[in-house]
Amino acid sequence: MQNQSNYIVEVTDLKKSYEKVDAVKGVSFSVSKGELFGLIGPDGAGKTSIFRILTTLMFPTDGQVSVLDFDVIKDYKKIRSNIGYMPQRFSLYQDLSVEENLAFFARIFGTTIEENYDLIKDIYVQIEPFKDRLAGKLSGGMKQKLALCCALIHSPDVLILDEPTTGVDAVSRKEFWEMLIRLKDKGITILVSTPYMDEANLCDRVALIQNGEIMSIDTPEKVIENFGRKLWAVKSDKIYQLIKDLKSLEFVDTVFPFGEFLHITLKTEDLNQDELISILTENNHKGIQIQVIEANIEDCFMQLMSTSE
Amino acid sequence: MLKHTENIIEVKNLVKKFGNFVANDNLSFEVKKGEIFGFLGANGAGKTTSIKILSGLSFPTSGDVMVAGFDVYKEREKVKKNIGYMSQKFSLYEDLTVRENIRFYGGIYGLSGKYIKEKTESLIERLKMKDIQDSLIKSLPLGWKQKIAFSVAIFHNPKIVFLDEPTGGVDPITRRDFWEMIYEASDSGITVFVTTHYMDEAEYCDRVSIMDQGRIEGLDTPAELKKQFHAKNMDEVFLKIAR
Repeated sequence: MQNQSNYIVEVTDLKKSYEKVDAVKGVSFSVSKGELFGLIGPDGAGKTSIFRILTTLMFPTDGQVSVLDFDVIKDYKKIRSNIGYMPQRFSLYQDLSVEENLAFFARIFGTTIEENYDLIKDIYVQIEPFKDRLAGKLSGGMKQKLALCCALIHSPDVLILDEPTTGVDAVSRKEFWEMLIRLKDKGITILVSTPYMDEANLCDRVALIQNGEIMSIDTPEKVIENFGRKLWAVKSDKIYQLIKDLKSLEFVDTVFPFGEFLHITLKTEDLNQDELISILTENNHKGIQIQVIEANIEDCFMQLMSTSE
Repeated sequence: MLKHTENIIEVKNLVKKFGNFVANDNLSFEVKKGEIFGFLGANGAGKTTSIKILSGLSFPTSGDVMVAGFDVYKEREKVKKNIGYMSQKFSLYEDLTVRENIRFYGGIYGLSGKYIKEKTESLIERLKMKDIQDSLIKSLPLGWKQKIAFSVAIFHNPKIVFLDEPTGGVDPITRRDFWEMIYEASDSGITVFVTTHYMDEAEYCDRVSIMDQGRIEGLDTPAELKKQFHAKNMDEVFLKIAR
């Protein structure tokens, strides 16, 4: 039986336990058509388990999961032909050429490269000069582009990408996200996982996940709004000493390095900038800069981590 | 400034070729004692090749390379004794406990049993890992493993520690705890040579080098690099160089 719903992906109270670990501890979320949905969290958060269940590669221990209105247990075959999946580990045939891999995946799904060429064209032209090269001999960036082409070649309704940018340099990461945004513009629903918090801002909605539990689901803007505290950025010319000094101050709550600044929150709202500067000056800090700033997703993630403990 | 005056790594005209491919194209740079030196670059830029040479695992094709006062051609074993290494991919033995890993690495570096024992106690105390000291490494979360791996890499008090993407995939709080351990090591005089894909971490370094296609295209403090490339943060500097 098929239930009609407005969601492309619907997950209700999903649990997944392995022998010794509870990897997913009751997770619920839904993804609408055409949405770019991000699962943001570190290694071990449960991202891969969730994606492997959505792609019908693994059974849930408990809970309801449907993709395109099909149940992941009963209707797994129907799901498989309508989704594209890029696992975290490079999973193409290393001893087939670029073109052979693509042709292989097209055939498995009963289509041809020509039929859906439009969809992959932007990406494929970048690796086409190497179409006779074995996939195993490609650079990391090119492998990733080929894997994306293979996941797209049957024109799936949903694309599920498990940490496509992990270990990838900042330039390739940027290019990859530009490709994703273009695919989203073509109407493909995309679920992507990442440990890079800054990528959250590129998603329509994000789920922040840690230890098998979703700490927050919302648009990136709303997640940031919910930070709800005054956040300061502080620096001086001795940053390590500054960390130690701030941590030893009783009214300081959290101290986290962020680029050249430290982001800090205080236990009191009463302290003003000048007081803080004078305290730090007493501790022999020079070149002190301090200002109130807006939180980013990573600030929010850390705050949620600390409060959920 | 007294800090960071003595050179601990000296590289002059380093070239490494694989057949016709030039992986390291005439690199010259120095790293100062106690410095946190960020070694950045796109995938395939040649970072790993350089790190292998600096840690005595691979010979340069040409050029002069001194590490911790030793020549990487003639004194490789001395180089190895004086450095520590950890990467995201390989760090600890999964089937050994925390204690066993520490003892194993201590033994490899030829430290005495008494020294290992005493230092292990203080290390476990400092890491607040008393409860898990006899747990197998594979049963621990990634963040803990990385902290232990770093402690093990500097257990023999090396002059330099090489960290190859030490924080990949680690949660944001643990990532910052990890950087505090790096600051602490640097404070105690250990030179830290680190690669990362997190551009905010580049800001934590005293100086940063950015490689592209086998060459160093930028090398300075984060503040100077930002000035030089008219960029508001290190992410922009990196994109301007590597794109």
